[in-house]
Amino acid sequence: MNTFFGMIPSILMIVSPILITAVGGMICEKSGVVNIALEGLMGVGACAAAAAHVLMEAAGVGLPSIWISLAIGALIGVAFSVIHAFASISLNANQTISGTGINLLADGATIFAAQILFSADRTREFRMGMQTDSLGIYPTAYIALVVVVLAWFMLYKLPFGMHLRACGEHPHAADSVGINVKRIRYIAVLISGLLAGLAGGCIVLTQTIQYTSNTINGRGFIALAAVSFGRWRPVGVTFAAFLFGTAQAFAIIANNFPALKALPTEVFNILPYIITLIALVGFSGRNYAPQANGKVYVKGAS
Amino acid sequence: MLKTERRGSFMGRMLASEGAVSVLVVLLGFLVGTILVALVGKNPLNMYKAILQALSGYNIDNGKMNVRYIGETLNYAVPFILCGLSMAFAARAGLFNIGGEGQYIVGLTVAQMVALLGPQIPVFHWVLALAGATVIGALWGGLVGVLKAKFEVSEVVSTIMLNYVALYVSRMVCLRLPGATTYKTANFPESALLTNGFFQSITNGSMLNHGFFLMLAAVVIYWFIMEKTNLGFGLRATGFNRETARCSGIPVVKSIAVSMAIAGAFAGLAGGIVALGSFRYGRVLSGMDNYGFNGIAVALVGNSTALGTMLAGLLFGMLKNAQALMQGKQIPKEITFIIQGLIVVFIALRSAIAMYLDWRSKRQLQREVLGK
Amino acid sequence: MSHAIEMSGITKTFPGVVANDNITLEVADGEVHALLGENGAGKSTLMSILFGAYTADSGIIRIHGTQVDIKDPNVATELGIGMVHQHFKLVHNYTVTENIVLGMEPRTRFGTVDLKAAEKQVAQLSKLYGLEVDPQARVENITVGAQQRVEILKTLYRNARIIIFDEPTAVLTPQEIDELMQILRRLTAEGKTIVLITHKLKEIKAVADRCTVLRRGKAVGTVEVASVTEQQLAEMMVGRAVQFELEKPATSIGEVVLAVRGLSVADSTGALKVKDFSVEVHRGEIVGIAGVDGNGQTELLYGLTGLSPVLAGTIMLNGVDITHASIRKRIELGLGHIPEDRQKHGLVSEFTISENCVLKDYYKAPYSNRYGLLDHRRMDVDASQLIEQFDIRAGQGSGTTAGSLSGGNQQKTVVAREINLSPSVLLVAQPTRGLDVGAIEYIRRRILDERGKGRAILLVSFELDEIMNLCDRIATISKGTLVGIFKQGEVDEREIGMMMAGSRRQREAQDVEN
Repeated sequence: MNTFFGMIPSILMIVSPILITAVGGMICEKSGVVNIALEGLMGVGACAAAAAHVLMEAAGVGLPSIWISLAIGALIGVAFSVIHAFASISLNANQTISGTGINLLADGATIFAAQILFSADRTREFRMGMQTDSLGIYPTAYIALVVVVLAWFMLYKLPFGMHLRACGEHPHAADSVGINVKRIRYIAVLISGLLAGLAGGCIVLTQTIQYTSNTINGRGFIALAAVSFGRWRPVGVTFAAFLFGTAQAFAIIANNFPALKALPTEVFNILPYIITLIALVGFSGRNYAPQANGKVYVKGAS
Repeated sequence: MLKTERRGSFMGRMLASEGAVSVLVVLLGFLVGTILVALVGKNPLNMYKAILQALSGYNIDNGKMNVRYIGETLNYAVPFILCGLSMAFAARAGLFNIGGEGQYIVGLTVAQMVALLGPQIPVFHWVLALAGATVIGALWGGLVGVLKAKFEVSEVVSTIMLNYVALYVSRMVCLRLPGATTYKTANFPESALLTNGFFQSITNGSMLNHGFFLMLAAVVIYWFIMEKTNLGFGLRATGFNRETARCSGIPVVKSIAVSMAIAGAFAGLAGGIVALGSFRYGRVLSGMDNYGFNGIAVALVGNSTALGTMLAGLLFGMLKNAQALMQGKQIPKEITFIIQGLIVVFIALRSAIAMYLDWRSKRQLQREVLGK
Repeated sequence: MSHAIEMSGITKTFPGVVANDNITLEVADGEVHALLGENGAGKSTLMSILFGAYTADSGIIRIHGTQVDIKDPNVATELGIGMVHQHFKLVHNYTVTENIVLGMEPRTRFGTVDLKAAEKQVAQLSKLYGLEVDPQARVENITVGAQQRVEILKTLYRNARIIIFDEPTAVLTPQEIDELMQILRRLTAEGKTIVLITHKLKEIKAVADRCTVLRRGKAVGTVEVASVTEQQLAEMMVGRAVQFELEKPATSIGEVVLAVRGLSVADSTGALKVKDFSVEVHRGEIVGIAGVDGNGQTELLYGLTGLSPVLAGTIMLNGVDITHASIRKRIELGLGHIPEDRQKHGLVSEFTISENCVLKDYYKAPYSNRYGLLDHRRMDVDASQLIEQFDIRAGQGSGTTAGSLSGGNQQKTVVAREINLSPSVLLVAQPTRGLDVGAIEYIRRRILDERGKGRAILLVSFELDEIMNLCDRIATISKGTLVGIFKQGEVDEREIGMMMAGSRRQREAQDVEN
């Protein structure tokens, strides 16, 4: 057991970005827009944060560099999510196609940027990433906690959240009482971009020393799975992110446990996906997703 | 999405034609890509020189011709086209198959297994390997169909999940194949390779192989099933309106499972062809090859028709082949990924055209009414 | 007489249609003003413009004498205009209170939603206007009538002085309709102005002061309701003399073709919607299922056609047990179905007419050979015949896509396909919904023709008139159970109305008490 408690900081390190992204994805879907571009948005955020940090480190910015880089990652996430918002909200585009496009685009854009900035297919290595506190926990864990609590408060306590959820359940009802559905959906998509970008930055600054095409490696999709598995509710999504993140962590740290050594690490990698599939089969027939999720909203046509 | 018949100007008719819109979307993708290259201070001309060479084998800088490039472009196009058919086939039945990647991976994995463990009988060996790849792809895709039809699990979510399941299962399997290191297995025996001597001789030693024929056959089969058979009729009806199809007695559950299985078969075959045609050893994948994801783009550009998907696949194959040439000319090869991504984003924006056409016909009507 | 609403010269176009063509409407303060017209006459569009859901292309709107520009529902709300939509605009998993205050929530000093205060306000309003609701109930758990009261409270919460009701009685039982009429009177007594959109003449006679009639996007005229008869209103609405009753030749009724015994069917959520339902349909007769929307008719048809599994009971078709047969098997055995929603269940709008005509038998000869190859030419030839036979107006003949047809021609396509399959039993659901009078008459005549040919027909309709006109026997359904079954003429409309509300004939008196 001792070893397990020793693993908690590592688990939190891995869970945090997944949770942050999943909360963004949840907010986005609660407003009625499916965002399968989370993976790509994490990628651009991670790449931007890594690149910004390397450059600022070289310029001698010092300690604030980490935080500025995180902010830049988040902003780049927002910038790319604008594409998704514009396509799926303003132009009634198919949300799955638009999300797929952004994922492909992010693959190219990140490495292209690295090629231009560093003449390599990855960003240059930075010397010092984010530092842990006295408990060995990265600040990203606290960021994730704040994000979850704020999201819950916003969705269930503030008028804005009540409007946002109405847009995802019955946009025509929201529209008929004067709520601007498109505006709210824009905000929701941009929030998901912000959080995914931020989470990308968190990954790159805590778990590695540079951005490569393998940095995100499906964690955006795990976050997407966490949204479904968590039944589109903050508590559920948090639980799902912890479960999936822990499974991911075990893929890395299973070697510390003699009992688990015999298992191929891939087993842990697969777990989140399998669990989600089984859960979705179990949910069969009952619909937990927001009713208007993924559907184009055309004013007047009801 | 668009109504087929539209009166009016040349512009209007062009926007109403799906094929023309695809061409427009591709051109737009290249245009933005070109601007991007110029913005970062590189010469876009070099990009087009590389593309020309990948397409025709002609090196404009030294005036030399090398048909090997044509062969490589065709060879690269094969998995793009097959994965495109995979996405397209499911799309025609109303499903969004993001799982081409996973189906491709399981196909690749089984082909590698059969290649290393199967009986080394000439021809039979690679035929068996590809058959295995196709069947496992069909099962992998069919599973999604069953989940969708029986348990109402969204195929978008389940295919994404299964892509990663496929990747890690593939790693587990391949790490246990003979001679496996962390990234490759032992070399395949000669009898498992898809090498085609004739193609090699006419394309100056390119990797073009038997897979090319199989791809052509797949395109024809796709067209034939969709347009000529009652199976295709049922699938198309299901794709357009699942409820009406069900109400009309079309076995929708079966249709969905069958269409996902056939879609998976195309992608599985693609995996097998890449494994045995483009490599002499098995690979332990550390990430996605992305053929499956790009297949989505290919099908979208090709409007899910057989011919369109083939043309779009050739375009993507050419871009992939041009990558190395671009690197040689100081153009980051990732620009091709960006162009592909842009093309998909612009396709998503296609709905804007429908909105524009609606707006225009409304304007016209308004003028007629108010003009009275 | 001061005017609450003046709309003049309103024109609104949609791609392909002129919905409102230079319409003028004046509504007096404190009156119940009916807006009458057929489906597609432009009533809803006009009111959506007034409510700010659409913007007019041209025209002027004055509210209480002031010219206004209603850009969106917010502006309408500020002007004191509220709308009770035909399809309720309620968020199913929100509570009654949350739905009522949505968009205008009372807030605590921390900026959060003050649900306590909201619930109090809702309770007050509910008491003041006699609109009974449970403020804390979830909307998905309350009755349709209660949901409508929530919609009315929504407008009152926003201080509406003008309330638009869009086809408010379509989903109500006759008793609930009576209640609604009382509510309308109470609202006008409290000084509200009511606009009532409807196509039901009786309601207009019952409650409206004046009535404006729309026809094909144009205003035909405004009349004092007291000074006209229903017949006159109908003629204004349709534009010609209307024959209310169809000539129904006597036929000889033959043996039982469809026998349903003790049928139970659940909906997709697992709730039991049809309970122990039995009915028999003979050759050459039309049996009507009368009931208010949502009382199990849809599930009954789903059970019969095989769209939903049957939980209990049996269905016999020509003596063959089809209770658990596949949909295709039932079709092959002679079960025809003209579905309620032709867009959703009847047609593939992207397919051509000829493809739609073979939707149920494309896999058989003569359209498919034994290798599974299609004969497109044969499909086109046969479809062209049907187009002629059923007078389907299609721009490009059998190659016209179904989606580009008008509603009437779409319905004719479905009817043509089903009749052409010569089924022994024809299930017909809401066959004339959303059609103009010409198409309605045509479709009804076709159904009677099929009766003449000896088909057994089961007709589900929410329009009592349609049932009374077409059927030989009438079965009433309420909450999924059979209330009674009668020969045409044995009972009058009022009695059927009572039964639709669930009271059995023999226990009528005591049920009225409840």
